Amino acid sequence: MKAWLPALLRLAVLALLVVFITSPGWFEPLLKPLTENGAPAIYNQGSLLTLTLQHLRTVLVATVAATIVAVALAILVTRPAGAEFLPLSRSLVNIGQTFPPVAVLALAVPAVGFGEKPTLIALFLYGLLPIFENALTALTTLPGNVMEAARGAGMTGWQRLMKVELPLSAPVILGGIRLSVVISLATATIGSTVAAKTLGEVIIAGLISNNLAFVLQGGLIVAALAVLIYDGLSAIERYAARRMGQGAE
Amino acid sequence: MIEIEGITKRYDATTVVDNVSMVIEPRTIATIVGTSGSGKTTLLRMINRLVEPTSGVVRLDGADNRSVPGYQLRRSIGYAIQGHGLFPHRTVAQNIATVPLLLGWDRDRIKARVDELMTLYQLDPQAYGPRYPHELSGGQQQRVGVARALAAEPNVLLMDEPFGALDPIIRTKAQEDLLAIQKRFGTTIILVTHDMEEAVHLGDKIAVMDAGKLVQYAKPAEILARPASDFVETLVGASEKPFRLLSLGPVRDAVEPGGAEGEAIPGDATQRDALAELLWSGRPALPVKDADGKLLGRVTVEGLVKRAARPQ
Ligand SMILES: Nc1ncnc2c1ncn2[C@@H]1O[C@H](COP(=O)(O)OP(=O)(O)O)[C@@H](O)[C@H]1O
Ligand SMILES: [Mg+2]
Repeated sequence: MKAWLPALLRLAVLALLVVFITSPGWFEPLLKPLTENGAPAIYNQGSLLTLTLQHLRTVLVATVAATIVAVALAILVTRPAGAEFLPLSRSLVNIGQTFPPVAVLALAVPAVGFGEKPTLIALFLYGLLPIFENALTALTTLPGNVMEAARGAGMTGWQRLMKVELPLSAPVILGGIRLSVVISLATATIGSTVAAKTLGEVIIAGLISNNLAFVLQGGLIVAALAVLIYDGLSAIERYAARRMGQGAE
Repeated sequence: MIEIEGITKRYDATTVVDNVSMVIEPRTIATIVGTSGSGKTTLLRMINRLVEPTSGVVRLDGADNRSVPGYQLRRSIGYAIQGHGLFPHRTVAQNIATVPLLLGWDRDRIKARVDELMTLYQLDPQAYGPRYPHELSGGQQQRVGVARALAAEPNVLLMDEPFGALDPIIRTKAQEDLLAIQKRFGTTIILVTHDMEEAVHLGDKIAVMDAGKLVQYAKPAEILARPASDFVETLVGASEKPFRLLSLGPVRDAVEPGGAEGEAIPGDATQRDALAELLWSGRPALPVKDADGKLLGRVTVEGLVKRAARPQ
């Protein structure tokens, strides 16, 4: 009973989310009390479904790019030839994080214009650090005797990386990606201030017209997405770790 | 045959292995024994070039081990380490298949070899092949580690304290398995241990290392009878327990078939007395007679030393 309760709960959240973004009209009576002066209770300046998909696409593109760059960087600085760049790469990635997202947007707009691009740049920069940190931790704390065995068996450097180091690091790297995705899901809403099509539009529209119902539905959709994706990635991580006899829950 | 010639490894100013030369005959087991930090692991790792020597040469069947790239050399040499280092994300069968896969063997040949080794090590291929290492007991993991090292039919097997993590009872079994498998495949084995008993039990010859130097390289009986230095004597002394055990057993129990020259020893004398007599007189074997003067057989230095290291 206890074991499947969380799964059931997630399923319910997912079902609710799908129904909400495909047929938001059904929820009008629920949200109506939050509006004043007969303002619309359901976002009416575009389709919630389209905005949700665009939001997810922006996050996906930024995360994939951040993952590739962060993991490649972590691999480079953990090879003997790249070791001297370790401190430099760490500080570069850290600097990326100390810029507030709004500042990144403000700086990126003059360079690349309004729309999705500045948002992607901000999400990409924000996604780098957690993935890089985790990949670095994973690649530098691999079990010594396993690496010794890989070398002793006659694997080349490339074979060790592909067959041993990356598979063994996968659960921890996935943990970094999960953090990065959740940060990006939230940060992407700010992208709407520079005209990116994200769920931030709903929230901003609500703030401008003082419509609490808009703010709430935008916020809830983002929150539900974050929870579901976080859970899904956690499950993949646990599966990967369990197969290796690590951290079995 | 493995020829190690004047091999030295220095890290900065410290000499970790100091001008070691030794020859390991084909199809024999050489054990390297010494205290922690004496350079055993470094010496072993210079054979498969996990460590590159500062100077000196290692030849395998006459060929300099630098005549092929390191990774290629290592595919031809078995390597088993303490804590086995199994790949946790690969099944038992995949672990054992590691080197054959690197060598590009075809699937059928790999499967046949994996099954053969697993059966040899009393692991049912059907039941254990698809499991992951963490699903095995410590003893089973250790066996898989050795099976992986032997998978590509290497002529030479290097083992670095392979039984160090096993409890004493399983360790005895693992040692017996190793001896059986060495006989079967005729593998030349170099095994590092810090346990003199293990070195005596497994080694056709024992190399004693102290502070990077090879202080004695000889047959077990020779090392026990004529330790080359106080250090070797102390190491032997540390394993004196088995010799006390020898003094508890009558010669009768250690009799081997066959005869020997010279004065006989009575069957109820202790095995320790017999060993002392043998080493003192320098004879390889003594005839054994019972109280009525009937010949029971003979005792040998080798036989007694093996019993000492591994009381039955
Ligand atoms: N890569 C290395 N750099 C510096 N010193 C090392 C290195 N590897 C081993 N040593 C030193 O060499 C000595 C011998 O080590 P090792 O061969 O592992 O000894 P053993 O296996 O007999 O315990 C030790 O003092 C160790 O600290
Ligand atoms: Mg060692």
